[in-house]
Amino acid sequence: MSKLRDALERGDFVVTGEVAPPHGTDMSAMLASVDRLAPYCHAINVTDNQGATLHLSSLAASRAVLDAGSEPIFQQTCRDRNRLALQSDLLAAWTLGLENVLIVTGDDPRGGDHPRAKGVFDLDSTQLLEVARGMNGGVNMNGAALDGGCNFLLGAAAFPEAEPADIQLERALQKVEAGAQFFQTQAVMDVDVFAERAAVLREAGAKVIAGVLLLKSARVIKFINERLAGLMVPEHLAKRIGESMSPLDEAVELAIEQVAALRDVADGVHIMPLGADDALVRIVEGSGLG
Amino acid sequence: MIITKPRDWSRIFANLQSVGAKSVFLMGCGQCATVAKTGGEPELEAAAELLKAEGYEVTGWAVGEVACHLGGTKLETRKRVGDIDAADAVVVLSCGAGVQTVAESVSKPVFPGLESVFLGNVIRAGVFEERCQTCGDCVLDLTAGICPVTTCPKGLLNGPCGGMWDGMCEVLTDRECAHVRIRRRLAEQGRVAVKVVAPKDHSAKLKPGALNLRDRKTPSAGSGS
Ligand code: SF4
Ligand code: SF4
Repeated sequence: MSKLRDALERGDFVVTGEVAPPHGTDMSAMLASVDRLAPYCHAINVTDNQGATLHLSSLAASRAVLDAGSEPIFQQTCRDRNRLALQSDLLAAWTLGLENVLIVTGDDPRGGDHPRAKGVFDLDSTQLLEVARGMNGGVNMNGAALDGGCNFLLGAAAFPEAEPADIQLERALQKVEAGAQFFQTQAVMDVDVFAERAAVLREAGAKVIAGVLLLKSARVIKFINERLAGLMVPEHLAKRIGESMSPLDEAVELAIEQVAALRDVADGVHIMPLGADDALVRIVEGSGLG
Repeated sequence: MIITKPRDWSRIFANLQSVGAKSVFLMGCGQCATVAKTGGEPELEAAAELLKAEGYEVTGWAVGEVACHLGGTKLETRKRVGDIDAADAVVVLSCGAGVQTVAESVSKPVFPGLESVFLGNVIRAGVFEERCQTCGDCVLDLTAGICPVTTCPKGLLNGPCGGMWDGMCEVLTDRECAHVRIRRRLAEQGRVAVKVVAPKDHSAKLKPGALNLRDRKTPSAGSGS
């Protein structure tokens, strides 16, 4: 049984974390990360060739997380596979015991480590959500009955603070329409703006897990602003971290404040500690969620 | 129109060398390649000069009316049969369709002189943009006349993707996101976006495409299937 689904249905404030499969076959570092994070998380996202860079398959890595006794959220991007492969992998995921899926479009290959790759995008994330919902109902995307279906908890990404806001919201509602049961959002920068827009999604029946990004140094903030699509750290936060004597501590403090502010306006937090697993632990404990 | 750009001459010279050609006949196209300024009369003259400077003999050149038109091209090459016979090879400054038509019309080795890059809209003289990829399953009815298959770098039908920032595209950061434009135009026209645009029918874009009007019993009822 999906612990994440149970917790969300109970109305618990959930915590999710994230690990990346290795660029190779040695999963020890990933599993060490999982060991550190799992006691503090309801579930852990296992990314799928994130940033369009080559990693071990999320399918195998998610299963490894499960075998290690933790609950994974299997990520599936539309970039690398056509509709046959996507459905086939979803079926595989279910047989491997993976119950949570996060469906995303994926970054363009030109920004990754294989810039000459063909981006597939046969389906977009909205369409794949609809396909996965159909598979939950026992049919493939053409309506043909499956020999044994699945029952995934379906997740999607949302970017509530991105402008133009009406288009972003319409887009997220479109994903709810297509089957998204929960959202994990882009890192929240302004809780008030987030709250207003998350409310619309929650009213539509989706659970909203707010992204909390550890802004652990001025260098990281610069990287985010210059290189990460769809995210910009506001000046006052950049200043606060940049001018601190101990940026990491300040970033943990900021994250704890954000979690507190998000308690009433979100259904949980997705903490992205950018490799600083201990910081996630400190954030969760500092927020009284441990 | 089909947009072409000059092909690297080193490749063309290598092609000519591969068949030991010393003399060349040049062909252009009076349509697209003329508009694109890649295969009209001035470009053919320049190509002839370049070939001569490299020591090749140019036996002649011709700008056919429509290079991709098989009947017209056969006629054109027949008119120039002497010059073509005198050449060891033919270089065609047209899109790949034209090159193939010429290759079918003459018995000499035929080499492409241009790169065919896309089906383009002429924005103004000399400025071309790709706005359609002839996918065979058009969604412009749902997207306010803006093609996401082509103008969204990821070809997403439902967007914007998560990389959109301030209305701008994640991949082509100097451009507005196609889906932002689509939704704005729909709104301006008081139209509601379709909830979820369905996955494309890629079978509609069967390779190679073929359409035979002569086989059609009722042309107006053409179903596109
Ligand atoms: S949807 Fe297809 S046919 Fe229509 S404009 Fe776009 S590429 Fe061309
Ligand atoms: S930002 Fe818009 S146009 Fe650019 S890749 Fe994403 S959806 Fe496509």
